[in-house]
Amino acid sequence: MDNNKNWIDQRFPLTKVWNEHLAEYYTPRNFNFWYFFGSLAILVLVIQILTGIFLTMHFKPDAALAFASVEYIMRDVDWGWLIRYIHSTGASAFFVVIYLHMYRGLLYGSYKAPRELIWILGMVLYIALMAEAFMGYVLPWGQMSYWGAKVIINLFGSFPIIGDILLEFILGDYAVGDPALNRFFSLHVIALPLILVVLVFLHIVALHTVGSNNPDGIEIKKNKDANGIPKDGIPFHPYYSVKDIMGVVVFLMIFTSIVFFAPALGGYFLEAPNFVEANPLKTPDHIAPLWYLTPFYSVLRAIPPMFGSQLPGVLAMFAALLILVALPWLDRSKVKSIRYRSWPYKVALSIFVVTFIVLGWLGMQAVTPLYSLMAQIFTALYFAFFILMPWFTSIGETKPVPERTTEH
Amino acid sequence: MSEQEIDLKKRRFLTGATSVVGAVGVGFVLVPFLSSWMPSARAKAAGAPVDVDVTKLEEGQLVRVLWRKKPIWVFKRDKTVLADLPTLDAELVDPNNTEDQQPTYAKNPYRSINPEIAVIVGICTHLGCSPTYRPEVGAADLGGDAWKGGFYCPCHGSKFDLAGRVYAGVPAPTNLVIPPYHFVTDSLIRIGIDPKAS
Repeated sequence: MDNNKNWIDQRFPLTKVWNEHLAEYYTPRNFNFWYFFGSLAILVLVIQILTGIFLTMHFKPDAALAFASVEYIMRDVDWGWLIRYIHSTGASAFFVVIYLHMYRGLLYGSYKAPRELIWILGMVLYIALMAEAFMGYVLPWGQMSYWGAKVIINLFGSFPIIGDILLEFILGDYAVGDPALNRFFSLHVIALPLILVVLVFLHIVALHTVGSNNPDGIEIKKNKDANGIPKDGIPFHPYYSVKDIMGVVVFLMIFTSIVFFAPALGGYFLEAPNFVEANPLKTPDHIAPLWYLTPFYSVLRAIPPMFGSQLPGVLAMFAALLILVALPWLDRSKVKSIRYRSWPYKVALSIFVVTFIVLGWLGMQAVTPLYSLMAQIFTALYFAFFILMPWFTSIGETKPVPERTTEH
Repeated sequence: MSEQEIDLKKRRFLTGATSVVGAVGVGFVLVPFLSSWMPSARAKAAGAPVDVDVTKLEEGQLVRVLWRKKPIWVFKRDKTVLADLPTLDAELVDPNNTEDQQPTYAKNPYRSINPEIAVIVGICTHLGCSPTYRPEVGAADLGGDAWKGGFYCPCHGSKFDLAGRVYAGVPAPTNLVIPPYHFVTDSLIRIGIDPKAS
């Protein structure tokens, strides 16, 4: 056994990697509930890749065949229904996990120096994941796939001058059709998964370079014992590998319950019109993107057309996404964790969470004058959170941050 | 708690138990994924039995039908052929059908239910080519007078007689396969289903 290990270690840094990233990777000892979601995101990524590989074996990326091939998977392939429902539920689960993971970052200031790059890589991951999910939703070629794709892609047509040519470039046609489906399939199964895996790798490398933040927002590397080991650190393996397995078990209980008992989750995970084949002659009565995109869809709808163009709304939507990247520089607070922050930040964060949820809810509703007004108010609140952040993070009294992590 | 000694035995048991339960779970999860590679309901439906009407089949005539994407030969043998078949035994590898290449009801000298009608999977047992039907007795390129009619595989030269039995000294190791089939009526053959055990 030892001989084999030596043989490999002389040719590949197996033991070195194992120690540096698991057995001797020191992690703050005070992780709480919110720290489950990073490892869960990796789990969901693996689930999506595995089920995706098996779905690709039966799916036909052809506008004439795609819808029937999905029904074929559901009815004729042994266990195909299960593999597909795991994949469709996995898409939503991915965003649940990612949103909680991001919220953890907001709670404990995980994006603040020296972790800005981890946050930026995470945001790129988030945007890549949105593209991945959007293109995946087009593939079954149902009514929502088709009309959702049409609406989202038409956003690009609102750019002045280049809009029309850009649309034709994206679609390879004059409308959403077979070429779009075929290229989205390629991007969904090869290009974006590769990008996601590489970004996850970079995200983790960056994390392991600076080390994890924690609920107290303390740098555990500042307090080391005689052996150079952080006093508040414990090896990731076995302490957090075991903790994460516990999280995985609970997650899978909820996840499989949805897969087996409510895979459409009342229209939130799979929308009813998508069980009808795409029909370019008939738009469904009500079009909404899946829940994880609706906050940004609300922002898009909230901005009225200006100068005869839809462009301002489109720009606002992209701005709502991109402004997240600037977070590490907008936050001027001296402390990281919500535990020691001043009250203005706590209030602002609470308003922001409500804003995000309300925007998400509004994005699923049909437009009414009241809802439009609400969308405008909450869009303003959304941007206010970021624009006013340098101000409200620098006022108010922060609590003293302890030297060592606290016990709870 | 912290002053208590660590009970390594208990810890090993818990680790082992967790690992076993986890491995069983992974095993269960594998089932749907592996099953999805088996023929789907559609493939099974496409592999359904095939009917062949032999009413108009003339002596010496061969028809080919596809069953499960394999060529199936159905041909009619005349009295001369049936009389010739036993005389070939000495030149064959397995004249008495000892290898399991046919259903039990076709394990007879003519390898068929009705001696006149032969039903054979037209795939060479060497490497899967489909042999050519060469019924002409005494074909010069196939050994002259000794050739009593049969099948010749163009890929590697394997030879079979008109009961699908392989000649000795050719690459193919075993007789051609006889598919499951039965007579629905005297003139209608259903390929893919065994006769009812009666």
